[in-house]
Amino acid sequence: MTKVFVAGVGFTKIAEHWDRGLDELMAEAALKALEDAGISSVNAIYVGNMLGEALQEQAHLGTLLAEDLGLVGVPAFRVEAAEASGAAAIYQGALDIASGKSETVLVVGGEKLSDGLGEEVSSALMMSGHQEYEGFIGADFYALNALLYRLYDKRYGAGGVAMFPVISHDHAVGVPHAQYPFKLTLEKVLSSPFIAEPLRRMEVSGIGDGAAAVVLIGERSAEKIKSPKTMLHISSSSDYITPFERENPLHFRALTMAVENVIREAKVERREINFIELHDASSIMAAISLESSGFAAPGEAGRLAEKGEFSLGGRIPCNTFGGLKARGHPVGATALYQVAEAHLQLTGRAGKNQVDSAKIGLVQSLGGVAATAFAILLRGV
Amino acid sequence: MARVTGVAIHGYGGYVPRYRIRAEEIGRIWNRGDPELPVNEKTVAAPDEDATTMAVEAARIAVKMAGIDPRKIGAIHVGSESKPYAVKPTGTVVSAAIGAGTSLLAADLEFACKAGTEALQLITGLVETGRIEYGLAIGADTAQGRPGDALEFTAASGAAAFLVGSMDNAAVASIEAWCSYVTDTPDFWRRPNDRYPMHTARFTGQPAYFRHIIGAVKSLMDNDGYSLNDFDYFVFHQPNVKFPLAVAKSLGVDEKKIAPGLVADVLGNTYSACSLLGLVKVLDSALPGQAILLASYGSGAGSDAFVIRVLEGISEKRERVPKLSSLINDKIYVDYAVYLKFREKISMR
Amino acid sequence: MRVPRYWRNIPFRYRLVGWRCNHCGTFHQEKPIICKRCRHRELYEVELPKTGKLVAYTIVQSTPKEFNLVSPYAIGLVELDDGTRILAQLTDFREDELREGLRVEAVFRKIRVDGEQGIIEYGYKFRPLIE
Repeated sequence: MTKVFVAGVGFTKIAEHWDRGLDELMAEAALKALEDAGISSVNAIYVGNMLGEALQEQAHLGTLLAEDLGLVGVPAFRVEAAEASGAAAIYQGALDIASGKSETVLVVGGEKLSDGLGEEVSSALMMSGHQEYEGFIGADFYALNALLYRLYDKRYGAGGVAMFPVISHDHAVGVPHAQYPFKLTLEKVLSSPFIAEPLRRMEVSGIGDGAAAVVLIGERSAEKIKSPKTMLHISSSSDYITPFERENPLHFRALTMAVENVIREAKVERREINFIELHDASSIMAAISLESSGFAAPGEAGRLAEKGEFSLGGRIPCNTFGGLKARGHPVGATALYQVAEAHLQLTGRAGKNQVDSAKIGLVQSLGGVAATAFAILLRGV
Repeated sequence: MARVTGVAIHGYGGYVPRYRIRAEEIGRIWNRGDPELPVNEKTVAAPDEDATTMAVEAARIAVKMAGIDPRKIGAIHVGSESKPYAVKPTGTVVSAAIGAGTSLLAADLEFACKAGTEALQLITGLVETGRIEYGLAIGADTAQGRPGDALEFTAASGAAAFLVGSMDNAAVASIEAWCSYVTDTPDFWRRPNDRYPMHTARFTGQPAYFRHIIGAVKSLMDNDGYSLNDFDYFVFHQPNVKFPLAVAKSLGVDEKKIAPGLVADVLGNTYSACSLLGLVKVLDSALPGQAILLASYGSGAGSDAFVIRVLEGISEKRERVPKLSSLINDKIYVDYAVYLKFREKISMR
Repeated sequence: MRVPRYWRNIPFRYRLVGWRCNHCGTFHQEKPIICKRCRHRELYEVELPKTGKLVAYTIVQSTPKEFNLVSPYAIGLVELDDGTRILAQLTDFREDELREGLRVEAVFRKIRVDGEQGIIEYGYKFRPLIE
């Protein structure tokens, strides 16, 4: 198996892009990534997207994008794994390189939620749950998160969990591509209305449009392509879709397994990881993610967040450009933003958000309530 | 008509929604200075309820009380004037929800407020002739009155179910006799595409409600050899509180014998379930050996009268389920605005 | 929801009838070919108890479009009397009644209504137990 490198990244600003279509956003991100890598074509294209059918009534996004990029002829198709669709597309791209079948791959994630009304987006996002069971009764993502939050509070006390959106917003200030680049105080989080008690509106990610892309290359191309590069490892695992069918709903076992596998594969120690891009679709998922992946003891993530351990300059900074909460969460594009940001960190291009002498970064991407988990490890070269 | 032989009620269930609106709250919006309200309060079905869901709830209670295997039920008749579908059976939904089998006669009935007692007559006949082992007779309605109409004070929601089978030692009550009295009397109707019924105000009284109930009761006395003194309880259809008391008075029935089965003051008129819920209320406290005369009324018009005698089995069986009074007393009041939302009277288009 | 999909799973939606693994006891809402936990192939049909207690609950404020008429609605995690945990909408409650440990019972309700002309989808919800 050949090694896999990230050789270029690109992304759009996350916003409500009323005047631009899904494929246009993806094309912009893709062209920026190709430009960053200094190449004009690739051997294959993978698209990560969750809701194209539901909101754009558009399938076949891979070939559509190839056409938009003037790359007709290149094999191109879409990969779907709910909110982790972008990571799933990276997984496919990495496999393609690792197998030796392709030398250069373009992975693009895109999502355009503003094409739907709020209630339609809520309905469409329920497709990541078990529709025959959870979906039928309206147990949506927020409801499931709220129930987890209650159980977490009962077992450990949820103090400090509401710090995660505060940290993400601190980091997003001044980030040009972030959807919400402003500070958010803990008081504001705790005084925002409940979206599903005890989960508050300011503890969950918002609705936005965006696209991000990475160029993956193999070892032979790495010698020729001169752009800044990082080495990529990726691993994935799955769990019961309904969190309450797991032995311990307060432990994301799929994430544990994905992280353990990627660390083993990359032959690194957990303590060597310099920063983490978390899947903070909600504050409680951020906390449980850190605990499940071994960066906080069970029940401790909130307290460590209060101590500043996950802030820039802290022990292990998280969501260095704002995470899902503040940079934004355009579903199928999100993992591509995470990887692009980690790549900028490890190539010394993170500007004021730079994590000092960062060598290794960990990206976590989750589908549903961590029913699908991806762990992506990037290492500077 | 000859008396019924060998048919008994093995379980019964009354269901009313948890929500109530006070008549004075409706009066606050619509009353034009008339201080006399027809009931104190009425039930309001929750937004997730309809005649079918309430039929299921009542049926589940009846089956639980009877303690029989629901697959032994051979017929389900549901009487309602507020079916959630114009075309699509209710009995099949009830059957699936209680776990009855597929060898089943499932038929829905409509006769204004007396479709529930018709269901009981038909089930009684099927059991008596040996055609079925057990049958379920249900009356269920989410009655709607046009906002501002006199009916709005009373049109209410509820359901009652009776599990009927052959007589045995564990039976709750026997059905000794029934008869009907019907004529073509258009006092109340609803055309197919209309949401609210039309009625004829005072014409619904003497020539309609009173004439038919008295006709049915007299027929029972004359043809089946009963006298009014044979009965410990009387349950009449209750479109309001006044009518059943007035019909009792004109028959010469003591008010004490009608009070235990009077539920309209706290539930309103639950239409197809109305007199049957009165019967449920009486059965919840009646003693073995006591006799009940039940007379429904349905506009259009007709009355079904029954003789029901309480049996020994009732004492043990009725302890298996909560009493109707626990549902009647456990209530949440809503104001007129919430009532409009719950009953989908706010136009969304 | 399309009609055949709704129809296929009526036993669970109406009566909480599903399949339990003979080997590890895991409950399945839809008929499985193989147990999702232990991969055993012997499963038996089971009707879950209709009473239980509330483990956790929430009120959903951001309503998916199918649930506009009952908005805002409550979702509960219910532990049934046999220990099985299921998710359910809660109904007929006063907000001050909801608490962990509340005894609840299954009721039969409209879950979703497909507009003015489509099908009415029924199923279970839970309400505070009436004794």
